[in-house]
Amino acid sequence: MADEMPTWREYPMAAIILEPGSTAKYKTGDWRSRRPVLDSSKCLKSKCARCWIYCPDAARRVDEDGYFEVDLSHCKGCGICARECPPGAITMVEEGE
Amino acid sequence: MGKRIGLEASLAVSEAVKMARADAVAAYPITPQTHIVEELSQMVADGDLDADFMVVESEHTAMSACCGASAVGARTFTATGGPGLALMHEMLYIASGLRLPIVMAIVNRAYSSPISIWGDHSDVMAQRDAGWIQFFAETGQEVFDLTIQAFKIAEDKRVLLPAAVNLDGFTLSHVIEPFDMPDQEEIDAFLPAYEPQVILDPDKPVTMGAVGFPEIYTEIKKQQNEALLGAYEVILEVWEGFEKAFGRAYHPVESYRTDDAEILISIAGSTACTARVAVDNMRDQGKKVGLVRTRLWRPYPFEETRAAVKGAKAVAVMDRCLSFGGPGGPICSELRSALYPLPEKPVVNSYIVGLGGRDITLQDFYTVVEDAERVLSEGPPDEYQYKMIGVRE
Amino acid sequence: MTEQTGRAKFLPRHLPSRELFAEGHRGCQGCGEALALRQLLEVAGPDTIVCSCTGCVEIISSPYPETAWRVPWIHVAFENAAAVAAGVEAGIKILRKKGRYPADRRINVIALAGDGGTADIGFQALSGALERWHDFTYICTDNEAYMNTGIQRSSSTPYGASTTTSPAGKISIGQQTQKKDMPMIVAAHDIPYVATCCPSYPLDLIKKARRAFETIGPTYLHVFCPCPVGWRHPSDMSVEIGRLAVKAGVFPLFEIADGKLKLNRKMDKRKPVVEYLETQGRFSHLKPEDVEEIQRRVDENYQRLVHRAECDAGGIDRSRH
Ligand SMILES: Cc1ncc(C[n+]2csc(CCOP(=O)(O)OP(=O)(O)O)c2C)c(N)n1
Ligand code: SF4
Ligand code: SF4
Ligand code: SF4
Ligand SMILES: [Mg+2]
Repeated sequence: MADEMPTWREYPMAAIILEPGSTAKYKTGDWRSRRPVLDSSKCLKSKCARCWIYCPDAARRVDEDGYFEVDLSHCKGCGICARECPPGAITMVEEGE
Repeated sequence: MGKRIGLEASLAVSEAVKMARADAVAAYPITPQTHIVEELSQMVADGDLDADFMVVESEHTAMSACCGASAVGARTFTATGGPGLALMHEMLYIASGLRLPIVMAIVNRAYSSPISIWGDHSDVMAQRDAGWIQFFAETGQEVFDLTIQAFKIAEDKRVLLPAAVNLDGFTLSHVIEPFDMPDQEEIDAFLPAYEPQVILDPDKPVTMGAVGFPEIYTEIKKQQNEALLGAYEVILEVWEGFEKAFGRAYHPVESYRTDDAEILISIAGSTACTARVAVDNMRDQGKKVGLVRTRLWRPYPFEETRAAVKGAKAVAVMDRCLSFGGPGGPICSELRSALYPLPEKPVVNSYIVGLGGRDITLQDFYTVVEDAERVLSEGPPDEYQYKMIGVRE
Repeated sequence: MTEQTGRAKFLPRHLPSRELFAEGHRGCQGCGEALALRQLLEVAGPDTIVCSCTGCVEIISSPYPETAWRVPWIHVAFENAAAVAAGVEAGIKILRKKGRYPADRRINVIALAGDGGTADIGFQALSGALERWHDFTYICTDNEAYMNTGIQRSSSTPYGASTTTSPAGKISIGQQTQKKDMPMIVAAHDIPYVATCCPSYPLDLIKKARRAFETIGPTYLHVFCPCPVGWRHPSDMSVEIGRLAVKAGVFPLFEIADGKLKLNRKMDKRKPVVEYLETQGRFSHLKPEDVEEIQRRVDENYQRLVHRAECDAGGIDRSRH
């Protein structure tokens, strides 16, 4: 493992990170024990976007039909979206179910 | 060509900062540094220096703000000394760790307690390992020259490290000396505008100062150390260029009458002026005495130091700083380390002088040389580590 | 952004394609600070430089070689976010003057600090930067303790909260001092804009952040950020708890623009504080008389704000209720 790590010469000066937003490559979805499941038939016609604005992990994306899909590779399963969705269109289910 | 004038060393610093066309200054006043920042303030107020002068609420903020300004690509300067330098401590390491080429004048002042506004080198020695390039100046001219050079060295793409110029509080900072003031065009030709490498730029967003886990921290520190070691060549190169442009030669270690010397006095800073007089007087008495003065303190000039003391029987190192409970003065400790691998080396004695502004007299030099002679003939007593000179027993 | 006139127009139709505070950051599940940052950066936009101090935000966002930041970001130390931001702002200003920085481009310089980095160790640097009138926005993400180091008390920890250095015990209620009133202390510097906000009220937050960023001169946002780990509440409650804090008057939403205080949500009927307190483990040791005392303090503080709002010519904004 240590052998594969860069040598001191290979690091950018002062460990400055040159690639913006690179945490996106890291899958925080692995932290999750429960996953939000959207019943799009219940989603408000206005698509109120509460699930999007209240997600601390930017794990909601708009699909072609305008629904807020969950990005399971980053969703940590906090459950905020489920609690905050006005019509209760999102439910948390145990992972593995 | 420039002109010859009389100028206080503090003001020579300010002149250098002006002629370097510094963009940003952040500083907090402390005796004996005040003349520098007062002069800079006046220069800004008069429109002679086109810089943003942040008159901040502490030295801690001064160095923090310098980091911020330098990180967006501004040529940045600050000045402090003594307690002010202590208050910057954490930031000094960060400035070098972030590889920000800030230039600082340290007007050396003792540390409290008891509080003392007068000079010694305790302040910079406590910051010795902060990763800065460090010089000691002897004269006002040197203060000016080193400040100009410091910008060029610090900002060099191969270096990118902060640099500090030490000048003794009062005994140098407040002394008026004849001084060759170069023309602005000459300085501009020697010191072009700063071309930063990586800055905080919304068009190219970078993350500076990230968390360094144990797997990378050592490599990043190695990289930083290599940059400081590598600065050595750049310093020599810049000094060569400076000599060509301005006719004044600079070396990491300055030697005076050392050629056939048996006993060498080693010292840093403005005291070297007195030391030279003492050397001349002792030479007149037939003593084979010489002087080596440390100008470059970091990166440590191993080769030059070894060469400078080669052939001598004893070196009497006079430190203006005491490492309490330790092996003596820091300059002495480092000299001993530098000489340790050599098969033949002089005896190195540590003497503590000039603490908290105590005058360093001609007699002090005679005393240490006599002591060195005694050690040479009798050998040091078993418990011998260092001696405080001029202390009332 | 559309105004909140009903659910139908809760949020803009045009969502940004790219988050400036990226996913994959290491914040805990339901982290209120991460949530606040996402919303704040939405407003700040790409022409922004963030100067963070040490704390949860810095740790969760910059695990080398990764960064969550899509705007330029610098972390220097714990106690100096405002000082670093001051340097950044001054540097840009002079470089612009000297023609080495785009003249027409306004950059939001943000100093970002936790409550510890603001109310305690960074207090002096903050005061200095405000007094010197740097053109920047200071954002305090207040989770009411030093979370990064393990939930120790700060001077922003509220009375009665149990933390690891103000633990509730046989003879202690936990935190025995009153929460330092940072927004008012900052407002005493007479800067152009000070506001409190909470990501549970995104439209209010967005409006205030926009005003803060657009204002020339120093501005201050005090952001209430529930922390599931430190406050000991379920992660899905972060937004609800922020709402309860506002509705109970524990964390009133107000702004002080040009010296005039305006209560953004004047509540004639506030929720009892117990409804807020009982959601969090850090208050679970409180006895009924402690809750009463907290209620008394909250009432007193709220009344003071109402009076101030009434006195100030700005009056009370009832437009949205
Ligand atoms: C000079 C210094 N003192 C102490 C610390 C340790 N430390 C780092 S972050 C922190 C607490 C941060 O608390 P806060 O500012 O409230 O931010 P939070 O983590 O809660 O978001 C402490 C005590 C430090 N890094 N530097
Ligand atoms: S569960 Fe939490 S992390 Fe996952 S999408 Fe919902 S709000 Fe985001
Ligand atoms: S919060 Fe619920 S109703 Fe609103 S957009 Fe998301 S899923 Fe639809
Ligand atoms: S401890 Fe609290 S503030 Fe820190 S990352 Fe976790 S939830 Fe966020
Ligand atoms: Mg905190």
